Amino acid sequence: MTTFTLNGEIRTVDTDPETPVLWIIREQLDLTGTKFGCGMAQCGACTIHVNGRAQRACITPIASLEGASVTTIEGLKGADGSLHALQQAWIDHQVPQCGYCQSGQLMSAAALLADNPNPSDADIDTAMRGNVCRCGMYGRIRSAIKQVAGASFYDAMEGSQNG
Amino acid sequence: MGKWTRRGVLSAGVLGGTGLVIGIAVRPGNPTETAGHLVAGEGENLLHIYLKIDSENRATAILPHSEMGQGAQTALTQMLAEEMDADWNLMRFEEAPANAEYANMALGRGYLFKGVDFPDVVVPTVDGLMLNLADAIGMQVTGGSMSIRTTGQYFLRAAGASVREMLVKTASKAWGVPESEIRTAKSMLHHDSSGRSAPYSEFAAAAAEMTPSSTPKLKKTSQFTVMGQSKPRHDVPSKVDGTAMFAMDVKRPGMVYAAVKRTPVAGGTLRRVDDSAARAMKGVIDVVKVGPSSAAGLVGSYSAGDTIAVVADSYWRAEKALAALKLEWNTEGKERVSSESIFEQFDRDITAGIDRANDVAMGDATAAFDSAATVLTADYRVPYLAHTCMEPPNATAEVSADRAEIWVGCQNPLGFRQHLAASLGLDVEQVTLHNYFMGGGFGRKSNADYALQAAMIARQVGRPVQMVYSRAEDIKQDFYRPAVQSRFKAGLDADGKLVAWQNTYVDKHEPVEAPLIPYAVAAQDIGHVASPTHVPFGAWRSVDHSQHGFFTESFVDEAAHAAGKDPYEFRAEMLKDKPRLLAVLNRVAKEADWGRPMEEGRGRGISLQESFGSIVGQVVEVTVSGGKTWVDRVVAVIDAGYAVSPDGTKAQIESGIIYGLSAAMYGEITIEDGAVAQSSFADYDAIRMHDSPVIETHIINSGAEMGGAGEPGTPGVAPALANAIFDATGKRVRTLPVIKADLRSDAEASPAVAALGA
Repeated sequence: MTTFTLNGEIRTVDTDPETPVLWIIREQLDLTGTKFGCGMAQCGACTIHVNGRAQRACITPIASLEGASVTTIEGLKGADGSLHALQQAWIDHQVPQCGYCQSGQLMSAAALLADNPNPSDADIDTAMRGNVCRCGMYGRIRSAIKQVAGASFYDAMEGSQNG
Repeated sequence: MGKWTRRGVLSAGVLGGTGLVIGIAVRPGNPTETAGHLVAGEGENLLHIYLKIDSENRATAILPHSEMGQGAQTALTQMLAEEMDADWNLMRFEEAPANAEYANMALGRGYLFKGVDFPDVVVPTVDGLMLNLADAIGMQVTGGSMSIRTTGQYFLRAAGASVREMLVKTASKAWGVPESEIRTAKSMLHHDSSGRSAPYSEFAAAAAEMTPSSTPKLKKTSQFTVMGQSKPRHDVPSKVDGTAMFAMDVKRPGMVYAAVKRTPVAGGTLRRVDDSAARAMKGVIDVVKVGPSSAAGLVGSYSAGDTIAVVADSYWRAEKALAALKLEWNTEGKERVSSESIFEQFDRDITAGIDRANDVAMGDATAAFDSAATVLTADYRVPYLAHTCMEPPNATAEVSADRAEIWVGCQNPLGFRQHLAASLGLDVEQVTLHNYFMGGGFGRKSNADYALQAAMIARQVGRPVQMVYSRAEDIKQDFYRPAVQSRFKAGLDADGKLVAWQNTYVDKHEPVEAPLIPYAVAAQDIGHVASPTHVPFGAWRSVDHSQHGFFTESFVDEAAHAAGKDPYEFRAEMLKDKPRLLAVLNRVAKEADWGRPMEEGRGRGISLQESFGSIVGQVVEVTVSGGKTWVDRVVAVIDAGYAVSPDGTKAQIESGIIYGLSAAMYGEITIEDGAVAQSSFADYDAIRMHDSPVIETHIINSGAEMGGAGEPGTPGVAPALANAIFDATGKRVRTLPVIKADLRSDAEASPAVAALGA
């Protein structure tokens, strides 16, 4: 039996303690925004926040979350339902193509900015290199993060430096 | 293993007339009663098979293409909205059901009759024929970079224009005014002199009774207000908050989960299974075997061996129990095949040249080589490649004795549905298919093998089953971009002019023109030999262009250097009679500031590739240090004739470049003991944030016939990269991926320096 906070609500689940939380939230708690990509923490599609830090849900045993606060993509919006600044920037830059990796990308980026509001390119590389995007939208992801951070960014749509 | 070809379709009897029943089942555009039931809900009028309007004046495009990231659904809706004079804010779209009415006749027409102009009178006949053919072969395909240039150009624009015509006719009758006095704008009809106005919805029901014209008057480019605009994609908001639905997000009452493992050596059979340990594990419901399956059609040709599946009450438990199975497979001698033996076979077959067939035989190549001042030769090789869509293949199925229902994300819903019906022994009408967003497709999800596996498992366990591939299974059970070897010979005259070009490669697939070169070389001898292997192959983003683009644009670079000429100018000199190609080449050189001096250790390379009706030029800039290559910048120019959604076109080029760059830098599937050796992103990696370059894309709207965007960015990046590495290091990469090449300078490779690094 594990009790933890999920997107602000207290949840208790009773299952094999080593079960990765990815499958608990998808199959039992019906939150499907967190995606299965590899099951080995190699692609980042399942990234969630555990006590504010980015973590791969596919290798996080449910038992390790006792008393933890967990946020998934469904909990990234504000309490009033307004989009997180990164979600809006993702729309502004038309980041998603297939979209399958984007929950994880957003969760990694949100943890980065919460920790470091003015990341350098090297900081972005470090925080985001665990998230694969096979549609290859890295340039737009970088631009969107920098827009939210108030930094100058390359605008792929306009083909110019911005901000 | 069969693979579809354009020639295969032609010989199936359409042009030969050898017995294919041709009847006009549905006149193009005419909404049928069944289509109405399928797609039109309460208060909605189906005015055209591709368009409905509701009582709130909202118009919905019904699109026969699926969404795997390419964004074509938004651009297709723009094309329809443009001709209809619709208010963009009132436009919606939805994916067409997997029904015969929505077969891709336009795509078929694009394949079969490329560049053929039909007189207006025969258009309905041709399109009726195409519909019937598309139906017969189950074609509802998204691929070949075809959506915009075929369905959009030939059909959706006409649909929008014909709907507008019908609405005007209906209003004219109701208002008692001439059609010529009625003006349309933003989903409204206006009669200015009487001051009358009405929304489209007011006349939608009456217009729905009419027959849409298949040859309405279309707008000129100068009149466009919606096409040519970068409209935000409709699917994007749902892809930033986790609400977008992929097939794996489906949950059915009583659903259980299946983890699968197919024979590691392709085509193999299961000899023995000991499932006692697995069956005893918590949550395990059943262990079932799925026999071999295959398909041979215009799309989705495949052949697959036995599968074993563990069904459990959670996917995690199913996966764990799958790992506990003790399995023995029959490999039928294929266990002796390796990547080394395959390339030895290619080398042998190219040298033997048995039954070599020509793609091009122009001029007297033998004489041209005999009189050439310089002759250079080279062999190029590329490995097998997996697709690694972010969303592994998966499907959810419910199957009973007389019904099957399947939830899947696929590139050919109608083809999948027909294949499932045939394989399950059901009529097509007994199979319902729900198609979802694909988390990447890239060609992988045009093969129905994974959907059929799910259905076969569900039938055996008698309950709804969600089958999901592990990442290892995805990589090991793909239909790979083929490994290819290509042997080149070029002749230069005393002035350094390229006068002779010879090329022999293994295994020809599609598109047929992929190995050709655009350059004015008088003597050309391009041909291929067959050298089949047991490794399954399939369409991989840009198909044969992905290998031949690398080969030809690298070797022409070698020729430029052998001639002592600048690689850009060398190409430009041979394109004097190809103004469209030359314009792209010139533009990319200009945008990249070609010729600007670069620092030590850096280099730039250029490429030019025409594919899927579009022309793409690329300049790649690299830094090579300590043997490691960093791609700093890619400048790309695309001429797709006309960019319907310029930002969508740019995004596709960016995406195509990163996909091609991942393969060029890291991509390699190897065969060991007859099976695929790789199993994860650790040994089959992709470009990631820290090694992705800045990409600058420029668009030329030349006004030429419209081309594709999803694939044309991919082929040119590998050669531009290899050419840039040569510029930086003097080392020529002829075998991909780049990470396997030793690019250290002599000093870096010296034992003393190597010791420092150790």
